[in-house]
Amino acid sequence: MPSQIAIVASTIGLHARPASLLVKIATSAGVPITMGRVGQKAVNAASMLSVLALGAKSGEELEVTVTDGPNAEQVLTQLVEIVTTDHDG
Amino acid sequence: MSYSGIGVSPGIAVGPIRRVTRTQLSEPVPASPRSVFKALDAVATDLEKRAESVALEVARDVLSAQAMIARDPALVEAIGARLLDDIEYPDVRSQITEAFAGFKEALAALGGYFAERVADLEEISDRLLAMLSGQEYEDVKLSEPSVIVALDLTPADTASLDLNFARALVVEKGGPTSHTAIVARGLGIPAIVGCVGIMDVPEGQIIMVDGREGLVLTNPSDGEIEARNTREESLRARASSVVGPGRLSDRTPISLLANAGNAQDAISAATVGAEGIGLFRTELLFLDRNDEPSVDEQVELYRSVFEAMAGRRVVVRTLDAGSDKPVPFINAIHEENPALGVRGWRLTRTADNVLDRQLDAIAAASRAVNADIWVMAPMIDVPSEAAEFAHRARARGLRRVGVMVETPASAILADKVLAEVDFASLGTNDLTQYVMAADRLDSRLSDLTSTWHPAVLRTIKMAASGAEALGRPIGVCGEAAANPQLAAIMIGLGVSSLSMAPSALAEVRGFLAQVDRATCVRAAEQVLAVSSADEAEGIALDLFGS
Repeated sequence: MPSQIAIVASTIGLHARPASLLVKIATSAGVPITMGRVGQKAVNAASMLSVLALGAKSGEELEVTVTDGPNAEQVLTQLVEIVTTDHDG
Repeated sequence: MSYSGIGVSPGIAVGPIRRVTRTQLSEPVPASPRSVFKALDAVATDLEKRAESVALEVARDVLSAQAMIARDPALVEAIGARLLDDIEYPDVRSQITEAFAGFKEALAALGGYFAERVADLEEISDRLLAMLSGQEYEDVKLSEPSVIVALDLTPADTASLDLNFARALVVEKGGPTSHTAIVARGLGIPAIVGCVGIMDVPEGQIIMVDGREGLVLTNPSDGEIEARNTREESLRARASSVVGPGRLSDRTPISLLANAGNAQDAISAATVGAEGIGLFRTELLFLDRNDEPSVDEQVELYRSVFEAMAGRRVVVRTLDAGSDKPVPFINAIHEENPALGVRGWRLTRTADNVLDRQLDAIAAASRAVNADIWVMAPMIDVPSEAAEFAHRARARGLRRVGVMVETPASAILADKVLAEVDFASLGTNDLTQYVMAADRLDSRLSDLTSTWHPAVLRTIKMAASGAEALGRPIGVCGEAAANPQLAAIMIGLGVSSLSMAPSALAEVRGFLAQVDRATCVRAAEQVLAVSSADEAEGIALDLFGS
């Protein structure tokens, strides 16, 4: 399963705006996608509340994992991009 | 009567109070699991429709995020787990409240921004129960220009306000990052949060709201309204009228610089007339990657900033990784107490070569550019560290070498630390958190993390005196520089340059043009003598006006 580590860039952390972009992609991807801190329990990336409840702060590392599928790598790239973009800038 | 809170969106408004209250459901709400999910879907659809119909982007974001929460699979699962039987339950209120409670607790425990999202969950829960009990979830309907007053406005309330009639927002609860604050700033109407007692004022009462000062006056006189309007207008005009290099009214020069992380920031700094970059944060290239950026890559970024600032000063801060800005390939070891751990210049203890290579890159980028390159190290604590940094920087041909003063130790020993270097810059954010021993990211401690606190100001005074004795310039590059009154106090304490976000520059420049050095010094003497941050700020407001 493709996975990648991404560093949260938004100043306030992974707040509603980036989280909703993540959830939109994760929901439409059609395969299970998880994210979480390395070595800790990962959550469903299609769940807004679970993503917010990670409480990921600016500069924190998150591991994003996409279950194998036809577009897995592409979806992963999109998700990582959202996490590593500063949405408060 | 007057009431005060936190002003979160500046401006003056006068109008009758329109109170917005939400009543709790007191009757049982019977429902089957099927009807609960249907109602939840209807709530989500309603929020999506509202999101489409509002014009303001921040309001649209609020509503569509709420819709997404209402469609959240984890929420659906939590409700489903409490309504396992396919029957008509006599009352589903407790099950629904419990299903939301877990998420609310998780967000509340995170504090700050995340804790304020609990309001979203409460609103969705209320809307769901209203939908199930067949009640209309009443919108805030306004028929005349009014000041909206509430215990707390729900996010959707704020986002759906009728702009023609909403003159200002005042709420008892909420914080600076609540929806009320964000949306009000987006709408450009005055807003105050945390205004205790405002709900005791009766409906229809005429009040004046000063969203800059966070003040509400009941039955304001025409004279008061006019005075505040005039002052607000002059503040706005002043922010946009003064141009050119920073100076006080007695022509004392104060360098006004901007903080930047890349060439784009440097360009916006140049646009607002910054005299240079007072803090070039070099973390950007390091933060989002698992390996060290090459010297060539670094040279490219640094040079792009230097070129945007041709003919001006650029103060480069070496890598400030660690604490709240960990870099994966450097800060791999878990630290119990990262703010007090291996961060800033202390990384030479664990990743020495990274900082050497960065200095190589800064030196290389500074050749062949027409900017005045200064370099400084963060988290310098003791004189020997300052000496070591100066040695390494000068060995590479970097001529202007300085340190950040952001620990109590370096402030207290400034006369020794600065003997090793050419200049100093006060990192007031970290200095405040270290002097007060209070985490600046923890909103529960926000009253302890004010740079206005005389404990912090006295520490800054020590550092400034040390610098003065040695004839070394000392500046400020923390958030304190962006607050006009606090910036004036810094000048009174002996600071000669201020570096801030480009967006804050015009207002600070305009403010400083109206005060003279003697007043700054007098104000500084007075604030050093008080015992609380509030008193210090009060003195500054009295002396300088606001």
